[in-house]
Amino acid sequence: MAAVTPLLLLLLLSSAPSFSSGSRNAYNINGRVKIPQGPGTKGYALPGRMSNVKVLLNGGQNITFLRPDGYFSFHNIPAGTHLIEVSAIGYFFSPVRVDVSARNLGKVQAALTENRKGLSELVLEPLREEQYYEIREPFSIMSLLKSPMGLMVGFMLAVAFLMPKLVENMDPEEMRRAQEEMRSQGVPSLSSLLPGGAMN
Amino acid sequence: MAIMSFIFVFFFFSSLQPILSLYEDQVGLMDWHQQYIGKVKQAVFHTHKTGRKRVVASTEQNIIATLDLRRGEIFWRHVLGPNDVVDGIDIALGKYVITLSSGGSILRAWNLPDGQMVWESSLHGPKHSKPLLLTRNLIIEKDNVLIVFSNGRLNAVSCIDGEVLWKKDFEEESLEVQQVIQPPGSGFIYVLGFAASSQFEMYKINAKNGELLKHESTAFSGRFTGEVSLVSSETVVALDSTGSILLTISFHNGKISSQQTPVSNLLEDSPGLAVIIHPSVTGIFAIKTDAATIFIRVIGEGKLEVVEKTNHETVVSDALSISEGQQAFALVQHAGSSIHLTVKPAHDWDSNLLKESIKMDQQRGFVHKVFINNYIRTDRSHGFRALIVMEDHSLLLLQQGAIVWSREDGLASIIDVTTSELPVEKAGVSVAKVELNLFEWLKGHVLKLKGTLMLATPEDIAAIQHMRLKSSEKSKMTRDHNGFRKLLIALTRAGKLFGLHTGDGRIVWSHLLQSLHKSESCRQPIVLNLYQWQVPHHHALDENPSVLVVGRCGPSSDALGVLSLVDSYTGKEFSSLSLVHSVAQVIPLPYTDSTEQRLHLLIDADKHAHLYPKTPEAIDSFQSEFSNVYWYSVDDDNGIIKGYALKTKCSSNVADEFCFDSRELWSIVLPSESEKIITTATRKLNEAVHTQAKLIADQDVMYKYISSNLLFVATVAPKASGEIGSVTPEESWLVVYLIDTVTGRVLHRMTHHGSQGPVQAVLSENWVVYHYFNLRAHRYEMSVIEIYDQSRADNKDVWKLVVGNHNLTSPVSSYSRAEVITKSQSYFFTHSLKAIAVTLTVKGITSKQLLIGTIGDQVLALDKRFLDPRRSVNPTQAEREEGIIPLTDSLPIIPQSYITHSLRVEGLQSIITVAAKLESTTLVFAHGLDLFFTHYAPSRTYDSLTEDFSYALLLITIVVLVAAIFVTWILSQRKELQDRWR
Repeated sequence: MAAVTPLLLLLLLSSAPSFSSGSRNAYNINGRVKIPQGPGTKGYALPGRMSNVKVLLNGGQNITFLRPDGYFSFHNIPAGTHLIEVSAIGYFFSPVRVDVSARNLGKVQAALTENRKGLSELVLEPLREEQYYEIREPFSIMSLLKSPMGLMVGFMLAVAFLMPKLVENMDPEEMRRAQEEMRSQGVPSLSSLLPGGAMN
Repeated sequence: MAIMSFIFVFFFFSSLQPILSLYEDQVGLMDWHQQYIGKVKQAVFHTHKTGRKRVVASTEQNIIATLDLRRGEIFWRHVLGPNDVVDGIDIALGKYVITLSSGGSILRAWNLPDGQMVWESSLHGPKHSKPLLLTRNLIIEKDNVLIVFSNGRLNAVSCIDGEVLWKKDFEEESLEVQQVIQPPGSGFIYVLGFAASSQFEMYKINAKNGELLKHESTAFSGRFTGEVSLVSSETVVALDSTGSILLTISFHNGKISSQQTPVSNLLEDSPGLAVIIHPSVTGIFAIKTDAATIFIRVIGEGKLEVVEKTNHETVVSDALSISEGQQAFALVQHAGSSIHLTVKPAHDWDSNLLKESIKMDQQRGFVHKVFINNYIRTDRSHGFRALIVMEDHSLLLLQQGAIVWSREDGLASIIDVTTSELPVEKAGVSVAKVELNLFEWLKGHVLKLKGTLMLATPEDIAAIQHMRLKSSEKSKMTRDHNGFRKLLIALTRAGKLFGLHTGDGRIVWSHLLQSLHKSESCRQPIVLNLYQWQVPHHHALDENPSVLVVGRCGPSSDALGVLSLVDSYTGKEFSSLSLVHSVAQVIPLPYTDSTEQRLHLLIDADKHAHLYPKTPEAIDSFQSEFSNVYWYSVDDDNGIIKGYALKTKCSSNVADEFCFDSRELWSIVLPSESEKIITTATRKLNEAVHTQAKLIADQDVMYKYISSNLLFVATVAPKASGEIGSVTPEESWLVVYLIDTVTGRVLHRMTHHGSQGPVQAVLSENWVVYHYFNLRAHRYEMSVIEIYDQSRADNKDVWKLVVGNHNLTSPVSSYSRAEVITKSQSYFFTHSLKAIAVTLTVKGITSKQLLIGTIGDQVLALDKRFLDPRRSVNPTQAEREEGIIPLTDSLPIIPQSYITHSLRVEGLQSIITVAAKLESTTLVFAHGLDLFFTHYAPSRTYDSLTEDFSYALLLITIVVLVAAIFVTWILSQRKELQDRWR
């Protein structure tokens, strides 16, 4: 199935309008980078930041920049298969496979290499936004309790307040026996452990 | 049990914070980032009354940048492609920066305030020629027009949208256009050039439509060198190819008249070969000979007069028109430790508009370029500021006899980096000013606690952030317990050595190496590499550490070598050597002498080995290891890898007992018609491996094949060594080899059909990871090869262990032909790569991560577990427990694991990892045009508390616990009392 899909796409693409021009063996590749400017975008897509977007051909062999409307072009590119990458801080772009046809006067076919999706026009859009920082979780009681110190306090409190309750629920007979046992073994009670305990 | 509890605690801590990344407010705590532009080639000032004053610069690293003229900070910059060399820059309409690049084929306009590209046009022409951008804007029918000559065609381009208004071809085969001029106020353009290098051609062209108005030519007997100097709007001066005759050519009213003057007429002594150095001050030009710089004025009809002859190193600026019809230019001359800046009006040589003497740091070398700009002082006189480019590539702004700002742009071209420890903190040295008192410490932590509890006011938050960033702890000049504070020693292309502090990236010292300076004996010095010469510890602690800089005099590999030894603490060069042999390879040996000087073996072009340092002690310790020294050489062009060992003392040179002959042990010859070497990789010498054994799922053990003599070689089909898309998948392949460099044994060979370079590879422990392009899938791929020692695998038999019949204690040696097995797997990877490295920790216990420098100039950390050949689609339960990740066809890119977070290391070249003393942490330094440094903990800082650790919370916990103890004590006492009453 996976092999069939690209074939279908190629068929679709061949009917798409050509978006390149040129002469002889060198052609131009023209395209556009579109960065959605919605309320959800984080700072990076501000108009001034558009100037930091680079478009790279074949691993940095040619580098070009975007015009204010997002269009870019590579000049004097030989026919063949090329790879276009977009470098933009804050966005993840898929590299694009671009076939410049020698027979069809530099007709360009393009497909995203990440998901093998064909493009009818060379319009590159980010696959996703990239968030480089962790979001600090707002303060909550739970996170404080979950911290090692919180757990320590919690355990301590549990011992201090729940243990006596457990002891209370015990059968008085058994309790007395246990206490006697403890006395005979000489296990000191909590109060005698502390300095004040000796005064009793 | 202790280990179990440790593991428990470790997992407990790690499960709390499962992510490895950074919070936004942690930026700048561990990392620093510095931006540079490189050596400035051309600069244009933009100093209008309104708006900020800027200077636009283009550099040798193909960068366009605008700098703040007040402080030297970068407003914006763009890095053009490697082949997109900037030919000329200009400012048009007062708001666009115009750049002509790629040999005149691309003309771009950038918005001056924010650097947004406004338009781009591609200029083609019939043939290649010298690109010229006419720096004066023309107005044709209210449209500002740029005149560009490139590729044999004259173009008039509109400034507004980059549209070509008209073009005119000069197709004559031999025509070499040298100058395009437009006399001010006139409506025509002169195109001047040489045809067949002995004929002067002049074309007069209508500026409105490109129509040819007149064409004149004159033949000369001599040949021209090329460069012409324009001395007025209708006169040029040229030198003939022998450098001894000056030609003055004037083309007044379209008539060419010329006059020849032998250089020897102007100068009494024979000057030798002369060159015209400065081409554009009205009425004056300069020629430079070996000994002197001569300024010559043109008077009237081709008459020449020497105005000044100077033996000092002199640099001249372009002419600057300061008022109507008046031009000025600047001269910079060296005199001892200061430089003299002189600004003269063009028409009057003897008067000075400005004469200043500025004290200059000797470590910056000579002035290479000067650009001037003027301003009107409050008393309506002219003031001048000068931007100078120094020999070490630094950029300085001079104004009113002082240096306003300076930029160390030499750091944009780092060749090699090494690190050095800082001095040990001595008992007597007071550090009181950096230590906080208890109250301040507590206050700081209370503030932090407020921050974590979200109770802090905005001022508090600002105070916390300031406190964290300005922590004096990290920038101290002494060694720290965790090994975070070190000196990064960087060698730049200009031959300058910098010592950078890892804490904040400041320059501790910088030193221009005198031994690698241009001199009579060394005309074209090139710096090559940097090695650690002396790393004192234990008994030689009072010695300062030092580094070895290796250079050579000339571009060819058989040029004589130069060594220089530099003290790492002070940056002073304490010794230098001009070698009598060349340097093809430098091998740091794992032996040191009694002062901890490392022994180095220098291999020259004739394959002789020379031992350094040249001391009897060194030779004594070397003799005992004589038979254990092996090395290899890789000849990329012929596809030959050879291994060598030492033979005897040099037979040719009897006196030199530090010279040794070598013998060839083995060679691997790759078929040149099908394979071409493109990449090699070896293990880092200082990498530590914790254990050879690897426990796998079913209580089984695999033994890693760990050898420091492993070499990874990647070859491609010669056809496919070009760029992507130049070959079809059928005619390209990539072959990788793992070779033992002592015996020349090929341990593993693998072919990837339909793949091509470029290949980036990293070798560590028993694995190699490499990145290449898969043409069939048209995606990048990364592969991993792991190599295991099979001969140790049968030690699992308990009886053998009991009887002692095992080989676990036998040393790992290249002599024993170990049976190895390899495992390999490939994955897709999205981006192109610029560099790849692996994290390095002091004992090698911490798990490894790959550091990948992507095409977007970011550094991505990728866990090595993703590149594990034992990954499968459905790992068994046991394998899952071992930490094997289910197989996916591509490697994940997690944005939070970019260690450069939202920064770019423009022009990324290499990533260097250095182990800190703390096992969990590795120090990462990435350099290119920018520098970036950070601490990185591949498995979190499991061995220390994080910076985020709240001591205040700990104190509160303790207080609460103590209070709780007291409460329970009182309660228990009360209860006991009640019990007794009962």
